[in-house]
Amino acid sequence: MQVLPNITIEHYLSLSAVLFCLGLFGMMFRKNAIIIFMCVELMLNAVNLALVAFSKIHGDTDGQIFVFFIMVVAAAEVAVGLAILMMLYRNMHTTDTDELNSLKG
Amino acid sequence: MEKLVSLIPLFPLIGFLFITFFGKNLSKNAAGALATAMAGISFILAILVFTTQLHGAHPVMVKVLDWIHVGSFQVDISFVVDPLSTLYVLFITGVGSLIHLYSIGYMHEDEGFHRFMSYLNLFVFFMLLLVLGDNLLLLFVGWEGVGVCSFMLIGFWYKDHANNDAAKKAFVMNRVGDLGLLLGMALIFIQCGSLRYEDLFINGSGIASLGKYTTLAAILLFIGAMGKSAQFPLHTWLPDAMAGPTPVSALIHAATMVTAGIYLVARCSHLYAMSEIASSVVTWAGVITAILGASIALTQNDIKKVLAYSTVSQLGFMFAALGMGAYTIAVFHVVTHAFFKALLFLGSGSVIHAMGGEQDIRRMGGLKGHMKTTYWTFLVGTIAIAGIFPFAGFFSKDQILAHALENNMPVFILLMLAAAGTAFYMFRMFYLTFHGDFRGTHEQEHHLHESPAVMTLPLIVLAIASTVGGFIGFPHAIGESIHFHHWLDHFLDGTVVLAHSHMSALTEILLAIFAMGIAGGMIYYAYSTYIIKNTLALEDDEITSGLHRLLWKKYGFDELYENIFRRPIDQLSHGVQHWIEDKALLMMVDGTGSAAKGLGHWMKGWHNGQILTYLIAIVVGLIAILYFI
Repeated sequence: MQVLPNITIEHYLSLSAVLFCLGLFGMMFRKNAIIIFMCVELMLNAVNLALVAFSKIHGDTDGQIFVFFIMVVAAAEVAVGLAILMMLYRNMHTTDTDELNSLKG
Repeated sequence: MEKLVSLIPLFPLIGFLFITFFGKNLSKNAAGALATAMAGISFILAILVFTTQLHGAHPVMVKVLDWIHVGSFQVDISFVVDPLSTLYVLFITGVGSLIHLYSIGYMHEDEGFHRFMSYLNLFVFFMLLLVLGDNLLLLFVGWEGVGVCSFMLIGFWYKDHANNDAAKKAFVMNRVGDLGLLLGMALIFIQCGSLRYEDLFINGSGIASLGKYTTLAAILLFIGAMGKSAQFPLHTWLPDAMAGPTPVSALIHAATMVTAGIYLVARCSHLYAMSEIASSVVTWAGVITAILGASIALTQNDIKKVLAYSTVSQLGFMFAALGMGAYTIAVFHVVTHAFFKALLFLGSGSVIHAMGGEQDIRRMGGLKGHMKTTYWTFLVGTIAIAGIFPFAGFFSKDQILAHALENNMPVFILLMLAAAGTAFYMFRMFYLTFHGDFRGTHEQEHHLHESPAVMTLPLIVLAIASTVGGFIGFPHAIGESIHFHHWLDHFLDGTVVLAHSHMSALTEILLAIFAMGIAGGMIYYAYSTYIIKNTLALEDDEITSGLHRLLWKKYGFDELYENIFRRPIDQLSHGVQHWIEDKALLMMVDGTGSAAKGLGHWMKGWHNGQILTYLIAIVVGLIAILYFI
């Protein structure tokens, strides 16, 4: 059963790659910690998309199960990560990563 | 009885070990007495062993320990008892114990007394090993051992740098000779398959297989002898070796160690008898050395330097005799020389002791009245070396001259000249030291005294030996007509090659009278110069005339060697230090360090604490890896 018969695996993967690169470049060049955080989520979801697409093509549910795990882990990460960011902002009054360099050796 | 021979070297070794390890608890007298006793016991044993050889016994090999057994190469620590080795052992331990005794008095005030005594014992041990070993390799062990002891004793007063230099010089010059000896031994082993005297000489066949290498082997061994016995051109170390304490000069650098070269050639006399070329090399090296040493001694003013050059010259006489095939006569001269030269050195030590360390004969004079025993014994030694009948030196030197007259006229003339020079320089030194007015400081004059009995006793014993010692080798022709045989020749027969003399008794007597006449003339010349005219030796800056200066400068050998060998090596070393050590190596070592430092400095910039930067690096790296895979 084809929902959208004109969309092939290449389309899914291209979208996934574009999303991943967006996330990656966002992480590399943005300074705001919250945006970086969102970029991480974007990358994770790009991977999820690729996994689901492959799962569909191969008729194997392993990929989908894997995606669920990733979503759970990502949710946990967001909970912890946002808490850390909250604490950071309370202490440092900034979320700019250029200034958060007190671990520098 | 022959088995006792293995104990002879043992006692000095025990003495050395005991004084070295437990000597601190001993008083000086006890340590000195112990060392002397050890040498003395060896002497008594040597006499016992010697008696077994008196009536033409066959050589006996006494094996002590297994040593090296590798394939066909078999060498044991094994001793040979035959007339030649027992004769050497006898005078090494005899003169050695007297010098030990003397050292107790001479070195008594020295802080290194225990060290000195232990070294003397060690030296005697190695010297005995050298002459007793029944193969060339064991001889080589002793040879190197005495070299080390000589080195340690020349530099005994190591706080004065000049002494260390003299010690190093002796060691290095000896290395040159030792290389020759080592190569000679290797050649003999390759050709003959053994280094044992028994295989090489006694059974006769051994050295025959040397074939065309006979001359080469003989010359290589002789180079070793040249180094050890201070023969031209390796003679320059011996006069400098006088930097050591005087008993050392007497024991090592006059009586025993320097005659090891004569022992080597006499031991290998069968080899030298086979090679005429090698023999004439030995002769001429000896003659040149004899003339050289005697002429330099004419102008020296240091009492020990005169005796040192005299030793060089006398060793030259011995080698001249060896080269002309008169091996027994050379050994005879070794024995008489050991007596009178040890006596002269010990006498000079007694003088130096009385003068408070002064060695310059221009600062002495008139010591006759202050030290009677030293004076008379020194006189005996001086007459003996000058070659006046019936003192020991007369017999041995006269026979060398007689042999030269019979075989080689130029050699005879040159040796006669050297002998005349000997008579002159010895009496020059004798008169300047003991006669005339005292020329030292007032303080020294006040201090003048005869040495203690422990020092004069060895002088007296050696003086007696120098007086009668010559009779063991009474000349053949004269001896036969009065039925007094040349005992030494008969004794050594079979061990070394005998020389055949066809000289008539009349010629021998005429030669003796001629030689004594010349010696007497030279003595009178010295007497008239230094006693009648009361001439004094020139001060250093007054020596201007060309020949005198040349002799006083020792023909410039030291300067020559300095320019030929030391300078270039010095410059090479400096060049290597400057270009390789300081420039090239330092550049590599420093370069490695600064490269690592620079690299670290550069990479430190990357480590900026910005996670984003790391992330970029990770991504770039990952992309690069994926690309290359």
